[in-house]
Amino acid sequence: MSIMAYNGASIVAMKGKGCVAIAADRRFGSQQLTISTDFQKVFAINDRLMYGMAGLGTDVQTLSERFRMKTNLYKLREERDIEPKTFAHLVSSTLYEKRFGPYFIEPIVAGLDKNGEPFICSADLIGCLNFAKDFCVAGTASQNLYGMCETVWREDLEPEELFEATSQALLNAVDRDCLSGWGAVVHIITADRIITRTLKGRMD
Amino acid sequence: MEALFGIVGKDFVIVASDTSSIRSIVVMKSDEDRSRNLNKHNVLLYTGEPGDSVQFVEYIQRNAELYSIRNDVGLSTLGCASFTRRALADALRSRNSYQTNLLIGGYDPKDGPRLYWIDYLSSSLSVPFACQGYAGYFCYSTMDRYYHKDMSKEEAMALVKKCIAELKTRFVANLPNWQVKIIDQNGIEQILVSAADV
Repeated sequence: MSIMAYNGASIVAMKGKGCVAIAADRRFGSQQLTISTDFQKVFAINDRLMYGMAGLGTDVQTLSERFRMKTNLYKLREERDIEPKTFAHLVSSTLYEKRFGPYFIEPIVAGLDKNGEPFICSADLIGCLNFAKDFCVAGTASQNLYGMCETVWREDLEPEELFEATSQALLNAVDRDCLSGWGAVVHIITADRIITRTLKGRMD
Repeated sequence: MEALFGIVGKDFVIVASDTSSIRSIVVMKSDEDRSRNLNKHNVLLYTGEPGDSVQFVEYIQRNAELYSIRNDVGLSTLGCASFTRRALADALRSRNSYQTNLLIGGYDPKDGPRLYWIDYLSSSLSVPFACQGYAGYFCYSTMDRYYHKDMSKEEAMALVKKCIAELKTRFVANLPNWQVKIIDQNGIEQILVSAADV
């Protein structure tokens, strides 16, 4: 079995009107055995920028610690919050540093820049960035997610509509994947705040 | 063939490990202690590659002791788990990685009882109940069925015995003796349970 599919994960991010959504499933397994149903895969950097990582659990945890360190140092040195595009490039360099012994994760970055413009971006395990204009997907149910997102996404979705679209895309995609699921966490990043909701889907 | 499990109760954690040391078809030892006390309120249980496990776990134990000496207070359970995860993760992509699966159970006066499941790849999870090894394939279902939040010591002990009984019925290896530790605010209490009694 692929090392990227060992623990199982699915992440999706979508652009809306003045907002972005990023959502992930909650399962952590050891191949077919489910160990935990509340594993965190999406992390916040500040109240306008979040990122998620799909792939090997240990690398998700190691990198979340490394990115926390790098962004904290950035904030101390620059005396301002990191912009989403800058953070995406930071993710890319961090991953490419390990080009010949990579971290087994696929990150997705989602946030609002300093002008309130929505930004989403995904990368592969060695840091090749993809600046999407509509949605980004990653994980064991990525192919299912591509199909679902293509169906439910429209341009300029309001926050509540975006929440509904993202939730439906993720829940239905993971229902066809045995390695991801067991609930979902959806974050909507708007100009004033981040709205976080936990969904109970098919718990299998 | 080794089995570990842990269950978080109301204000205690109960952890159990089998005491048989088996290599291929031979039972080498039946009173193996697969745990180490990190400090007054934290226990680390391990399975995996024999040499790796002991080397790594004793390293963690000694560092936990050093922390206590330097700071005059024991490491919290989260502290133990974080330190262990970091040490295992750093070793993972180096010349010597450790093939060790762990459970860390402890009682923290501030956070209460906690149980951490850490696999050999160094993924760390805080869980209400957990198994390491083949035991998971048999005992997770039993725990899913009978576990509830804030179990009493009697209920948790009964659940541990149900799990041991499940392994006795369905697991190919004979695991006759178990070492059970209960960690609460008073410290660590050790009980030996025989599979014949469950």
